[in-house]
Amino acid sequence: MSWFRRTKEGITTSTEEKLEVPEGVWWKCPSCKKAIPSADLRGNKYVCPNCGYHPRINSTEYFEVIFDEGECKLLFENLRPKDHLHFKDLKTYKERLEETAKKADVTEAITVGVGKVNGNKMVCACMNFNYIGGSMGSVVGERISKAIDYCVQKKLPLLIISKSGGARMMESAFSLMQMAKTSAKLTQLSEAKLPFFSLMTDPTTGGVTASYAMLGDINMAEPDALIGFAGPRVIKETIKKDLPKGFQRSEFLLEHGFLDFIIDRKELKQRLSDMIEMLMALPASSARS
Amino acid sequence: MQYLDFEKPIEELNEQLEKLRKLGEGGKVDMTSAVKELEEKISLTRKEIYTKLSGWQRVQLSRHPARPYSLFYIQQICSRFIELHGDRGVRDDNAMIGGLGTLDGESVMFVGQQKGINTKDRQFRNFGMANPEGYRKALRLFKLAEKFNVPIVTLIDTPGAYPGLEAEERGQGEAIARNLYEMTLLKVPVICIIIGEGASGGALGIGMGDRVLMLENTWYSVISPESCSSILWHSWDMKEEAAEQLKLTAQHMHQFKLVDGIIKEPMGGAHNNPEEMAKTLKREIKKNLIDLKDMSPAERIDARIRKFSSMGFYEED
Ligand SMILES: [Zn+2]
Repeated sequence: MSWFRRTKEGITTSTEEKLEVPEGVWWKCPSCKKAIPSADLRGNKYVCPNCGYHPRINSTEYFEVIFDEGECKLLFENLRPKDHLHFKDLKTYKERLEETAKKADVTEAITVGVGKVNGNKMVCACMNFNYIGGSMGSVVGERISKAIDYCVQKKLPLLIISKSGGARMMESAFSLMQMAKTSAKLTQLSEAKLPFFSLMTDPTTGGVTASYAMLGDINMAEPDALIGFAGPRVIKETIKKDLPKGFQRSEFLLEHGFLDFIIDRKELKQRLSDMIEMLMALPASSARS
Repeated sequence: MQYLDFEKPIEELNEQLEKLRKLGEGGKVDMTSAVKELEEKISLTRKEIYTKLSGWQRVQLSRHPARPYSLFYIQQICSRFIELHGDRGVRDDNAMIGGLGTLDGESVMFVGQQKGINTKDRQFRNFGMANPEGYRKALRLFKLAEKFNVPIVTLIDTPGAYPGLEAEERGQGEAIARNLYEMTLLKVPVICIIIGEGASGGALGIGMGDRVLMLENTWYSVISPESCSSILWHSWDMKEEAAEQLKLTAQHMHQFKLVDGIIKEPMGGAHNNPEEMAKTLKREIKKNLIDLKDMSPAERIDARIRKFSSMGFYEED
């Protein structure tokens, strides 16, 4: 399920699609409304230094936050989307893809990078919300699938950072089957005893929640992120009642047992390297036998 | 008999037939040949309508109120059936049924969504929309089947996983995700058959099979045509067009290799002859089970992973 809403500009989600961290000298926090010098925000790992708000960022910023010296090698960028079904609503999917390619700084709704986290090599597949709402299409599934193969080959841990409005309707059942594909591939990562860390960020919904996002060996989330299967609007329409405060937020999921912990973006890198070291200190076979 | 809008010509002819028969019963005029002629005309009209159904018309058929549901098929197919209940955690989900059946002397674990046959029953079954405990009940039965080396058949018929408050509290997303993962690794043969509606993650949550088959007049998609219309066209009126664009019919799905086969329905749809439909279904289940039993568990799991991993389209620069 997903809940894109059309606006004049094209397809966008019910919340602002564009990044909350624009280029410029000043950044105004949407939560505390304070104007912060952009350099200070960046220096604080893209967390509001005043109130701790976590603005939406893309793979570019996440890679900067988690990888040593902000350096990593991008993988599978050669995989590009295609309008296989010749889908057309008010415009064709092909047109949408072309328009998105023009304005987005990324090539799909997920970017894969390999780098070091405090010296520990790790693969990270990070979703980009500003690419058609972080919707899960064939390229998202294939890049994850290839990232898993890469991890198995090189014996590396995998981090997936989820940020998605759900399915990519313009790919219909192919979009649905990416849930099947990624879940099936994750069994191979597990078979190889390689850790899979799942980080859910605002928002993580629909088919992404109902597949890889919830399948981490370690499930974690950023503070106050919206995480759910059905969208709040759909639920509200179904039960015809207002939703309780904090419903489907990270803290709610932690309370109900679906997260191992909530992690501040500033602590993320250290936590990742701690977990890699603790889980991968011994060869898996000797640790088990 | 309830007629769908596109079945109007059949309805009219059937009314004429009824009149003719009544006249014939009077005994004064012999209507035999006229009745026969009209019956042939009905059969021909039905054929004409049913050989060129649109995507939306198949969606309508998949939701026909007289269409047979999971428990009907199971009872028709099995000489013995013991329904099993509960997820051992929260409660029994009546939208997801399951149990052990005997199919020509062999045990099969059946799991499927169940819709209701009247207003009260539809509520009891929550319109075939399972909660997380339904998916967890399904998984418990899959594991039970695996333990005793019993093959699994799932019957898929749902407008979606239930989008409720408690469903979210109890982890609808996690429950479906867990099933996708665990079904991949099941050591026993798994056959999944879409018998009605195959809506999104709610359908896929019991849909990871060695063989995924669709009845002729069913649909499988990431979203219902209605919701797709409302989101992409910003109007509820484009459901027919959305159904075309989504390419959600069994014919499309098979052509895309997203499902492994199509099971033919009786002329006029499954509801037109449920017993015949059940017989066909049984034949298909048996045939596929025999094929799958020739493979080892490891071969089946490998093939399952390979099949689902190959789904997708993209350019490679
Ligand atoms: Zn702030």
